[in-house]
Amino acid sequence: MTDLLAPPLLALAGSPLLLGIVNKTKAAFAGRAGAPLLQPYYDLAKLLGKGAVYSRTTTWVFRAGPAVQLACALTAAAVVPLGGRPAALSFSGDFLLLAGLLAAMRFAGAAAALDAGSSFEAMGASRELQFAALAEPALLLSLAALARACGRLSLAGMFAAHPGGPAPVLAAAALFAVFLAENGRVPVDDPATHLELTMVHEVMVLDHCGPDLAFINYAAALRLWVLGALLLGPLLPRGTGPGTAAAALAGLAVLTGLVESATARLRLVRVPQLLVGAGTLAALAVMLARGGR
Amino acid sequence: MRPAAELLIVLIVLGNLALLGSSRLTGLIRLVAAQGLLLGAVPLLARGQAWTAEILFLAVAAGLLKGVVFPVLLERAMRDAGIRREVEPFVGFSLSQVAGVAILAASFVIARRLPVPPGPLARAATPAAFATILTGLFLIVTRRKALTQALGYLVLENGIYLFGVSIGQRVPLVVELGVLLDVFVAVFVMGIAIFHIRREFDHLDVDRMTELTDWTP
Amino acid sequence: MIAALLAVPALAGLAAFLIRGDRPRRALLAAAALLHAGLTLACWRTLPAPGGWLGLDAPGLLFLTIVSLLFLAAALYALDYLAREESGERVDFVGGGPFSNAPEARFTGCLLLFLATMTAVCVSRRFGLIWVATEATTLTSAPLIYYHRHHRSLEAAWKYLMLCSVGIALALLGNAFLAAAGPELTMDLDTLLAHAGALQPVWLKGAFVLFLAGYGTKMGLAPMHSWLPDAHSESPSLVSALLSGALLNCAFLGVLRGLQVLSAAGLGDFARGLLVPFGLLSMGVAAVFIQGQADYKRLLAYSSVEHMGILALGVGLGGTGVFGAMLHAVNHSVVKALLFLCAGNILAAYKTKSAADARGVLRVLPWTGALWLAGLLAAVGAPPFGPFVSEFAVLKAAADQGRSFVVVAYLSCLTLVFVGMATTGLRMSLGPASRKVEARETPLSVAVPAALALAALVLGVWVPPPLRRLLAQAARTLGGAG
Repeated sequence: MTDLLAPPLLALAGSPLLLGIVNKTKAAFAGRAGAPLLQPYYDLAKLLGKGAVYSRTTTWVFRAGPAVQLACALTAAAVVPLGGRPAALSFSGDFLLLAGLLAAMRFAGAAAALDAGSSFEAMGASRELQFAALAEPALLLSLAALARACGRLSLAGMFAAHPGGPAPVLAAAALFAVFLAENGRVPVDDPATHLELTMVHEVMVLDHCGPDLAFINYAAALRLWVLGALLLGPLLPRGTGPGTAAAALAGLAVLTGLVESATARLRLVRVPQLLVGAGTLAALAVMLARGGR
Repeated sequence: MRPAAELLIVLIVLGNLALLGSSRLTGLIRLVAAQGLLLGAVPLLARGQAWTAEILFLAVAAGLLKGVVFPVLLERAMRDAGIRREVEPFVGFSLSQVAGVAILAASFVIARRLPVPPGPLARAATPAAFATILTGLFLIVTRRKALTQALGYLVLENGIYLFGVSIGQRVPLVVELGVLLDVFVAVFVMGIAIFHIRREFDHLDVDRMTELTDWTP
Repeated sequence: MIAALLAVPALAGLAAFLIRGDRPRRALLAAAALLHAGLTLACWRTLPAPGGWLGLDAPGLLFLTIVSLLFLAAALYALDYLAREESGERVDFVGGGPFSNAPEARFTGCLLLFLATMTAVCVSRRFGLIWVATEATTLTSAPLIYYHRHHRSLEAAWKYLMLCSVGIALALLGNAFLAAAGPELTMDLDTLLAHAGALQPVWLKGAFVLFLAGYGTKMGLAPMHSWLPDAHSESPSLVSALLSGALLNCAFLGVLRGLQVLSAAGLGDFARGLLVPFGLLSMGVAAVFIQGQADYKRLLAYSSVEHMGILALGVGLGGTGVFGAMLHAVNHSVVKALLFLCAGNILAAYKTKSAADARGVLRVLPWTGALWLAGLLAAVGAPPFGPFVSEFAVLKAAADQGRSFVVVAYLSCLTLVFVGMATTGLRMSLGPASRKVEARETPLSVAVPAALALAALVLGVWVPPPLRRLLAQAARTLGGAG
């Protein structure tokens, strides 16, 4: 029982910490002290303690958005295994469910942003969906490549199979680009920006406040964890426990911080090229997966 | 031997995709050079362990010409012509990459239908070779600059070389060197032509060379 | 013997780059051409035994003879042409801008090397070597096209270089396919013919398709012909004559070598089935573009596309058609060289390539005009000239096989070409002079086309027995009936 419950519980508890690690790394690189590691937890607590204000132009779509996003993220956390252990929810073809959950999460966010009726948020939603439309094929193709290389259709099976050859490495490279894009990290989006015109993810949540914003932020943190676990899973050596896997995730967070410090944000028109490149890598992985067997 | 072959194939295919996605001519030339150097290693992998002096010589000659001499010639042509980028190709860079994936898929399909002769490298290299050939043709057709077309020709040539060597074609050294010499002269002449085109036309856009048609009186 | 055939033009070509004086260089050109022709004719006495790297069989000797004799004609014409060409900067009569010629040493050197590479194509017995030689013809002839250094010839040279190089690269892939068909065999023509039954059909078919696409580009088969009108119209006329009369045949030889292997492997019908549509398409495309063609050198270029179509069609039909095609190769080369050399004279006198501006040729240049008219009649297949006989032989082969569609398409294309070429050609020849032209017909510039016209006339009434034997032998080698 503890085996089954450990991964989701770790995700629930640890995901905001990943954000803290990313920010701390960036601060260290910039020579600042930076916010404490646990700052994301403080922010969540603060937001949960506030009340919510709703504009009169909004409808139930706007109110339901955060809850749907959080629900999707929580389910996704239950689907993805951590290390060599099977996930709480595992069946053949569950990687499609994962992709669907991520898509539903994005849809809820975009719908809520559009419902606010502000042109800024609509612009953010439009960009987010444009990038998602390009990231999604890369995600699906990477998962397909893994499924093909391992001959398994469940995520737990893929993580346990450890196939050789170039396909898993290429798929991981493609997933890293998806990881950065979906979580709004630097080459694609800058979470720390203060200029609305250049925002993508941040501008979508401008009208949300209080517990709603806390839900959204927590869901985003969970998504970071889930995609990170997905990216690392096939690469970790056989028999890795949840603890080690969580440590690897922390390492991934440090790497993300390094990438954010070292690269500049891409121009908006160049982003599709990055994502198409990721899709290309993933497609190559799919084809080589067959040749690898 | 097998991981090395696999790595080689993956790098060549990744090189193709990068060629389709980049606009800077310097970058393109470097990519072609890297691909040429990789191809130098193909004869060594294709024959298993039985390396003769002939094979070693061919490997060194091919790697040196394709990886160093041709790129240097083209880089000189680029500097003389004073251009840096492929601007506004007929097919955009992202779309080209998607086309590259389609090309790759098509190559796998074609290669699976052909009875590829057995060999340590043949089965894995054949699709990559077809993809490289088609990538070269795609570059020639969709790019405007004369220099990029010359690069496309080199990529096409690389693909054919990869195919020929990986199936263990029994080509005498003289013929192989003759082919390399021909390609060398071709690149050399193209470089000279590029220089003249730049001087005569003040640009290198092949699609703007339209004086010769049937329909003007 | 064969080594000498290759060495004479190659060494002379290299020497031509180094010789400073114009007169000795021109003498070298003529001497090398004469020596080459002599050596070629000596091969007629005893056919060197094929085998190994180099060798001559009947098709090889036939095409080598065409190349060698045409080159002799072009070289003699070149003596006169080079003396007439002014050096230094002058005004481009089309664009109006200034341009100069490439150095004469480079022109002569490339011309001789061009002959060496074409000879190499004819005598190669290995597919790899054939490829190397064919690509080398492209590289040695591209500088010839860019002899007059202006925009248009540069554009033509670039298109020629790029299109033919890419096309020929496909033929190299064809070589690799051929190697894949029988990985244990060497790529030598005789070995492949002897072991053709053991070759894998899939690879063989692929190889032939690639040969047809690759060498077909160089040969000017539609739809890969687009370089041909540009290159032929912009190069000096004697180079056009060589490109059209000699080079296109050499490229065709590459296709024919592939056909030989496929026939030996029992796939001859597949190969011939591909040649027929390409031949008809080339004829059709040429027939359309010849109508109302304003530039008389382009007109001749499209006529070459048409005749290459006839060659492909004749070989594709098989049987007696192959003999017809071989005879037609000879006829076409003679006639097209005649026409391009005449066009060179007209161009030098009128300083325009527009057919509408070059009127009254018969009055201004009586000899050239008469030869031009005779050449045009020969090219459209009017009796009593050679092409009539060979075109009729191809037609008869199609009719004998009961292929009525081919017959109808063939005849309609020939009719269209006749109308198009005769309209333009007659309008140019007859009537008063369209502009003030000082006539400068030098003896040599008329004597060479006259000799060619005589040859075309003789071939129309009587094919010399040795030639007939060689043609029959070549046709049998290529799977046709002698």
